Amino acid sequence: MGKLFAGVAHRHGLGVAIFIGSAMTLWLFVLVVLPQIAMVTQSFRFNLPPAEQGGPADVWTLSNYAYFIFGNGDGLNSVDLWVLARTIGVALFVTIIDLCICYPIAFILAHSAKGMSARLIVLGLIVPFWVNEILRAFAFRILFGTTGMINETGMALGLWDVPFDFIRANVALYAGLAYAYILLMIFPIYNAVEALDHNQIEAARDMGASWLQVHRRVVLPFAKGGLASGATMVFMLTAGALAAPQILGGPSSLWFTQLVYQWFNDALNWPRGSAYAIILLVVCMALVLLGMRVFKVPFGAIGK
Amino acid sequence: MTKTVNLDHVTIRFGSYTAVDNVDLSIAGGEFFSFLGPSGCGKTTLLRCISGFVEPTAGRVLIGGKDMRGIGPNKRPTALIFQNLALFPLMSVADNIAFPLEVRGVSKRDRRRRADQLLELIALAGQGDKKVQELSGGQRQRVAIARALAVEPDILLLDEPLSALDLKLRQHMRTELRAIQKQVGLTFIYITHDQGEALIMSDRVAVMSAGVIEQIDVPAAIYDRPRTSFVASFVGETNALHGKVGAQEDDVVALDLPSGRRVFGLAGGNRRYRPGDACTIFIRPEQLKLATAESFNRLPASVIDIEFEGSTRHIRLEAEEAQLRLTLMNEGTPASLAPGDRLELSFDPEIASVLPSGPMAKA
Ligand SMILES: Nc1ncnc2c1ncn2[C@@H]1O[C@H](COP(=O)(O)OP(=O)(O)O)[C@@H](O)[C@H]1O
Ligand SMILES: [Mg+2]
Repeated sequence: MGKLFAGVAHRHGLGVAIFIGSAMTLWLFVLVVLPQIAMVTQSFRFNLPPAEQGGPADVWTLSNYAYFIFGNGDGLNSVDLWVLARTIGVALFVTIIDLCICYPIAFILAHSAKGMSARLIVLGLIVPFWVNEILRAFAFRILFGTTGMINETGMALGLWDVPFDFIRANVALYAGLAYAYILLMIFPIYNAVEALDHNQIEAARDMGASWLQVHRRVVLPFAKGGLASGATMVFMLTAGALAAPQILGGPSSLWFTQLVYQWFNDALNWPRGSAYAIILLVVCMALVLLGMRVFKVPFGAIGK
Repeated sequence: MTKTVNLDHVTIRFGSYTAVDNVDLSIAGGEFFSFLGPSGCGKTTLLRCISGFVEPTAGRVLIGGKDMRGIGPNKRPTALIFQNLALFPLMSVADNIAFPLEVRGVSKRDRRRRADQLLELIALAGQGDKKVQELSGGQRQRVAIARALAVEPDILLLDEPLSALDLKLRQHMRTELRAIQKQVGLTFIYITHDQGEALIMSDRVAVMSAGVIEQIDVPAAIYDRPRTSFVASFVGETNALHGKVGAQEDDVVALDLPSGRRVFGLAGGNRRYRPGDACTIFIRPEQLKLATAESFNRLPASVIDIEFEGSTRHIRLEAEEAQLRLTLMNEGTPASLAPGDRLELSFDPEIASVLPSGPMAKA
């Protein structure tokens, strides 16, 4: 950090270095560290009316976390536990789908597409994201609705004859989530794959490797950092998504963020909401770290 | 096994740009064949065409008599060594070498054994577990060769494999490559812009310029009997004097220089000239001599400067026709020449080539 500061100071002058340094510190501290500390502290408190705050009842407690596991009664809080498990499971599934979709696109973009066609692909990827998230989610709803384009087309082609409820089956949700963060998957992979010397691919081909072998032995190991960084972002953001699950989720399926939202907004129980938010964060981070351990990705590779 | 390679009127175009123009030649099995030409003349393109990464726009590539059209690089009996080697940085040295076997489904034990054999061949025995980055430039070079040999190809294609090495190592690797080729007995097709490499290692050399083959010959003939102005000026140092043909008798051409002097040389490529043809006579610096009483082909000149290089002295001279370079062997006698000295040079008509004036290689 000190070296970085000295480097910037040397190149751009002390004033600029101080400005950048303090802006970054302020940003990290005010916008990231402080609110998180506030959340953590709050999650260990009772939800008290303003009058009692600071009074004798305002003590440290684990009750908010206990509630997540045991609910009010003696048994397990199976509803909330199940919502978390489902959220994590679906987020993993969405991440894997995105990996499968984005790797080929990133590879083609980096190593096959040239000039005009590459620019067109990038435009085609970026432009839809000018439309805001809520509108995009509603567009998916229309697309997947019982009278939506997919049902109409499917039935017109005679593939099925009763409208299929994609919303209830959560197909619309999975599709919407998978699409929502696709760029955050493509660009890290693209970055990684693009750095691969094309001669290595040709050398592998020349030595008799099939396309599958080229990817398994040469491209994938090289792109591991990019894959990990894309997967981490997509997983974290999907698990933390709110708009898409709210709009596209089936009537009987809750997303964990919706629980957090309910505690904050409907129940006005901020301490419990904080506890739930932290549970989601910790579980996601633990899973990311576990994943990196399993796939032997060094932590530094994520930043590449 | 060794296989012949036939390039049957091969032309390769990228859009309207012709990178390789009607190349027609055959390379014998077991031959060390070099393509020599300046950067951008189409060498890599031609090599990629033989290995199957580019299809010829016109013409055919035949390997072992078999037309290769539509056969991918992974199905051809060739192995290409890339200009930048393209070793896999994430694999160990042994894994790199065994990669071609791995993709063919050879068992781990057999792979390891073959890798060890090849490591021995390239004098890197016991270093298979190192990372590629831990090797020196010359060692990496040899690993790339071993990896290419692992598939037991019939033809090894080498794209300027020594260009990244420093001079000493390059000179050493020339000998080594030649030795490896003799040992494994494969057909080597070698690309370079370095005439020294081509002349030292090759059985035959094809000199290329702007996609066209200028001359195919054994190294000595390329150097001593160039067939075009380009070859004469690209390969080795030379003195070029422009003039007009005065007369020709058999192979001997009389060339009239602008100064009015008449010199004699041999018609390159057994050409027949007519009087008045614009030609250039080429004489190597080491084949110019200080004139004696009976020599003819005389060129008066004055010394500009002298470079002492141990075994030889390089002398720049100003003649009426052009600037000349003269190389004298150091024969132990003290140097008696000094800048400003006037002297007369001469050369033997037998060693001077008279060629049609044409595009010359840039110095
Ligand atoms: N894929 C390609 N598309 C367009 N032009 C190319 C392509 N490959 C090579 N060229 C052109 O062909 C010419 C010869 O290139 P190359 O064979 O690499 O030369 P060399 O190896 O002799 O230096 C160059 O002018 C290069 O720009
Ligand atoms: Mg080249």
